[in-house]
Amino acid sequence: MKPAAFEYVAVRTTEEALAELARDGQDARLLAGGQSLMPILNMRLATPRRLIDLNRVGELAYIRAHDGGVAIGAMTRQRAVEKSALVARCVPLLADAMPWVGHFQIRNRGTIGGSLAHADPAAELPAVAACLDARVTVRGPAGTRTLTADQLYWTYLTTTLAPTEILTEVWFPTAPSRTGHAWLEFARRHGDYALVGVAAAIMLEEDSVAEARLALTGVGARPVRARDAERRLVGRRPDDAALADAAERVKQVTEPQSDIHATAEYRRHLAGVLTLRALRLAVARARQAPPVTT
Amino acid sequence: MTTRAIGARIPRNEDPRLLRGLGCFVDDVNPAGVLHGAVLRSPHAHARIVSIDTARARALSGVVLVLTAPDLGEQNQPTPLLIPNPNLTHPRTPRPLARDEVRFVGEPVVFVVARDRYVAEDAVAAIDVTWEPLPAVASIETALADGAPLVHADVPGNRAARMVQRVGDPDGAFASAARVLHEQLFIERSCGSPIEGRGVVAEYDPRAGTLRVWSSTQAPLPIKNGLARLFGLPEFRVDVIAPDVGGGFGTKIMLFYPEEILVPFAAVRLGRPVKWTEDRREHLIAATQERGQRHDVEVAVDADGRILALRDRFLHDAGAYTPYGIVVPIITSTQLPGPYKLRNYAVEFDVVYTNTAMVTPYRGAGRPHGAFVMERVIGLIARELSLEPAEVRRRNFIQPHEFPWDVGLTFQDGGPTRYDSGNYPLGLELVLARLGPGDFRRRQAEARREERYLGLGIGCYVEGTGIGPYEGAHVRIEPSGRVFVATGLTTQGQGHQTTFAQIAADALGCDPADVTVVTGDTRKFNWGAGTFASRALVTSGNAIGIAALKVRDKVLRIAAELLEVSSDDLELAGGVVGVRGMPDTALTLGALATVANPIRYAFGKEAAEAALRLVKPRKGAVLAPGEEPGLEAYGYYAPPHATFASGCHAAIVEVDIATGDVKILRYVVQHDCGTVVNPTVVEGQIHGGVAQGIGGALYERIVYDEQGQPLTTTFMDFLMPTTMEVPEIEIIHTETPSPLNPLGIKGVGEAGAIPVPALIAEAVDDALAPFGVRVREMPLNPGRVLALLAEGRATA
Amino acid sequence: MIPPEIAITVRVNERDYVERVAPRLLLSDFLRHQLGLTGTHVGCEHGVCGACTVLLDGAAVRSCLLLAVQADGARITTVEGLARDGEPLHPVQEAFREMHGLQCGFCTPGVLLSAVELLRDTPHPDDATIRRGLAGNLCRCTGYQNIVRAVRRAAELLDRR
Repeated sequence: MKPAAFEYVAVRTTEEALAELARDGQDARLLAGGQSLMPILNMRLATPRRLIDLNRVGELAYIRAHDGGVAIGAMTRQRAVEKSALVARCVPLLADAMPWVGHFQIRNRGTIGGSLAHADPAAELPAVAACLDARVTVRGPAGTRTLTADQLYWTYLTTTLAPTEILTEVWFPTAPSRTGHAWLEFARRHGDYALVGVAAAIMLEEDSVAEARLALTGVGARPVRARDAERRLVGRRPDDAALADAAERVKQVTEPQSDIHATAEYRRHLAGVLTLRALRLAVARARQAPPVTT
Repeated sequence: MTTRAIGARIPRNEDPRLLRGLGCFVDDVNPAGVLHGAVLRSPHAHARIVSIDTARARALSGVVLVLTAPDLGEQNQPTPLLIPNPNLTHPRTPRPLARDEVRFVGEPVVFVVARDRYVAEDAVAAIDVTWEPLPAVASIETALADGAPLVHADVPGNRAARMVQRVGDPDGAFASAARVLHEQLFIERSCGSPIEGRGVVAEYDPRAGTLRVWSSTQAPLPIKNGLARLFGLPEFRVDVIAPDVGGGFGTKIMLFYPEEILVPFAAVRLGRPVKWTEDRREHLIAATQERGQRHDVEVAVDADGRILALRDRFLHDAGAYTPYGIVVPIITSTQLPGPYKLRNYAVEFDVVYTNTAMVTPYRGAGRPHGAFVMERVIGLIARELSLEPAEVRRRNFIQPHEFPWDVGLTFQDGGPTRYDSGNYPLGLELVLARLGPGDFRRRQAEARREERYLGLGIGCYVEGTGIGPYEGAHVRIEPSGRVFVATGLTTQGQGHQTTFAQIAADALGCDPADVTVVTGDTRKFNWGAGTFASRALVTSGNAIGIAALKVRDKVLRIAAELLEVSSDDLELAGGVVGVRGMPDTALTLGALATVANPIRYAFGKEAAEAALRLVKPRKGAVLAPGEEPGLEAYGYYAPPHATFASGCHAAIVEVDIATGDVKILRYVVQHDCGTVVNPTVVEGQIHGGVAQGIGGALYERIVYDEQGQPLTTTFMDFLMPTTMEVPEIEIIHTETPSPLNPLGIKGVGEAGAIPVPALIAEAVDDALAPFGVRVREMPLNPGRVLALLAEGRATA
Repeated sequence: MIPPEIAITVRVNERDYVERVAPRLLLSDFLRHQLGLTGTHVGCEHGVCGACTVLLDGAAVRSCLLLAVQADGARITTVEGLARDGEPLHPVQEAFREMHGLQCGFCTPGVLLSAVELLRDTPHPDDATIRRGLAGNLCRCTGYQNIVRAVRRAAELLDRR
């Protein structure tokens, strides 16, 4: 299980990386943390001619308060995000989800940008980004553009990025006050990709739902934002009937696939169960949530 | 005598080396100039090989050798059938490289040797094979269907073997029974998957004509002797070494694996050392696997739940070849009765070829299947008669005064299935006392009111261990005072360098830390079979005991001569011999070893003094007629038949009826492996076995699609439990020594894994009793649990 | 076409190496076969089993998911670096010996290095923390029972140092 031969270049700046990409286009792959790409290379499921290693691009590793939220450089290690006090305070959903990304040894190396750009519909970070309407910054030959998570994801392991573009940053909005968040997932074993994962955010006003956000992993070809279920919650008292109604709606709109770990039917059922549990948890936390400031 | 070493919790001799990263596993063996092999494996479950074009591979820089079947000539003959049986009417074994046809995904077709593994894999990718795909059968059911494609064109109906066994008069008992119950049960394919895969290194010295092979095997001696025959070399010029082995679990008892022939062949051909290290994908498709049986069982019971008779018909999936014979289904059929009185028993099985990886023993070796069937039957009776499953067990246990108990069947080794000793009722009561079943029923009822579902499951087993043919040992005391022990079988984590040392130390009155044990090196010991069937400590342990006692006798004899006393007056402890109560007479074992070797060029102050002080001038030959130099002896032990260990496990689980998740809240083990040599080591064996059992009950499956493509080719798909899935395991030791061997030992290597699927099934049944759930297949997964719930609710 | 080798400088177990490596050479193979540090074991080469775990600039990582070239300029600790020849065992190693935390020893180096980081981050872990922290290291022999106990014991031994 050894990779096929490739050329290797370690770039120091985003500019250099863009120049390399412009030159090699389709034949090159960007190497971020490598925790998904390296297994694929070792198994020879991918055989790029050239690897462009971003790990020495220091300018892409940062976590900072920015524009009413938290901006995280693409090459920031997942472990740094997990341990960040700023993230814990301002983006509790992301902090909640981080320990579920692989194991700590994977997060020591894995990057936030790599995970977002790998676009695995079973992964935590794309769903968190979708749930919170995170914005990703993308640089390419034509300049910089900003995408929402919804605009970023195309299908299974595929983003809307051009082969010459690099995802350089993700920005999460600071959690508003009176908001509760929950990340719940169900995996066969701890550290595995979840069969289904649910990100939920509930904002309460006068004990009715002012805003609801729901995103799921494992139930489609990309992270699924359950907007219909969200709409059904807004304006309602978050009692069990309302939450169950939303969970039922989530089940109806998901289109999971069967594989050796679970049938589509089971995943759909699980999506309903976890949604209900995540909503309950988010509501309970919203009721206790202190106001948040960046 | 001071404290006995046997029975002591002493830390392991092997640990400092392994902890410092100084172990030597096969892939750590790097003879100068070693080349690296890779195997082109069949991507098809069944196909004809039309042509193989290796030109592009040969042209790659760094490629040294490319071998296809014709290149191997005579050496490409089918590998030996290890354990023939008259009921195995259609045995088929693979050739090292497939010739015309491949029969499972992963079967070796071309062997490449190159500068490094990277280039070797490049070369494999550059080989063009033209295949003619053939229809495949990937499951027992499809293999037995009318007009099913044939795995072997000359094996009609894909039936390799059929065996029928009978004890007593089952038909008569069924005819007169109060009740007859019936169940169909299924246990899926799995595999051992040690963290170290397989590996082979071979080095041939053309000047000396010697072949040296390192293999991550559980049985180097048969490999050595086989290779000598295959390559036409004298046995004494072939050495096979199993160095540190990173787990075996039966996977590595299979021999010959194709690579165990391909690598030496290439080394001989090239005159250069060659290494092949299995990668994980290769392991999960081409190493042998196990489990995979479908049972149809009927039981006849009286009104009190006493079993009158049992009939079991089962199908056993052999995979594509039967190199290991039909040992696994024989064990299933003979061990199925477990700890219960079964006077009328009929069992028949068919062994079926499929286009999947070969099936050979994996930890438990047919027993988890048998225990699953028997214990499901116990549960069935309990439900039918509204009894606690524990009570049904009590009513059917063989009682302590009834040993030896003859099951009436021929065991895997050809000997009787005769239980030598045990106390099965005690085991159950100890486990229940620990768990507090009355208290549990109360908590269960309370939890149900909160819609939480707790269940209690019990699993009992009897395990035939320590089978023959025999093992041997060489024990020698060196002038340094250190003791050297060698035995032919191997170690892959069981702590033999410690437990074997404890046995020798006990006989020789020395510290186990002063005993160096060498296993699995044919240069050091040349007789024996290997490590399998939970037999190492029984066979080699007793052989070491026997050899060490011979050395002890000689120690005492020489000391008695030197001290001019009767050996009865001597005391041997703490590495010294002396007259009891006279410490100034003490002689060290090292000094005696120096004296015992009449060539007196002793190095070191102590030895020189010993030589000077102790060796007296004698008349005549230095060695009297019949006397041998040194303090050493050989010993052999051949068990009369298997010795039967036993145990009872119980667990409390919680089932989440929304997700189908099964969480183990408590896990208690009672086990009886006769004399315990090192409790810490025994507990470790049980811990690991239980973890594998939990894997087999809830996580691990090898899955093939309908075309025979394996779908579990990574550790992301074959789900071995982690720290998070294995609960704390509580262990209760009981010791009923075996009357069959001098040390009273029974085996324990496989025990932990055996009853786990059975008890998880019972626990889930119990938890979900309000829904009428009955578990009929293993392993479970959350989706299956929910399906069972739906099924139960529909029929309730 | 074979891509050219690349020169790297790497400090492994406090010793500097200047080596040339093919771009595709995995760090695990570099350590094992080029530097001869065979204590780092390879069990799956897709990042699941954790046997190949080493410390890279102090952080536990899978060496099978890194290229040797990526280690240029880095400081690496392998199991051989926990206690040098002639030195007593590292407290984590000592605890594994005391508690029978290993059987075949194949997964052990990765477990030890994961435990070193775990105990650095959480000097007094409870069992749940230990189990979560070591979930990324598969062991097929021990059922993890004595591994958990060994890490608990290692915390005590480290405290005494």
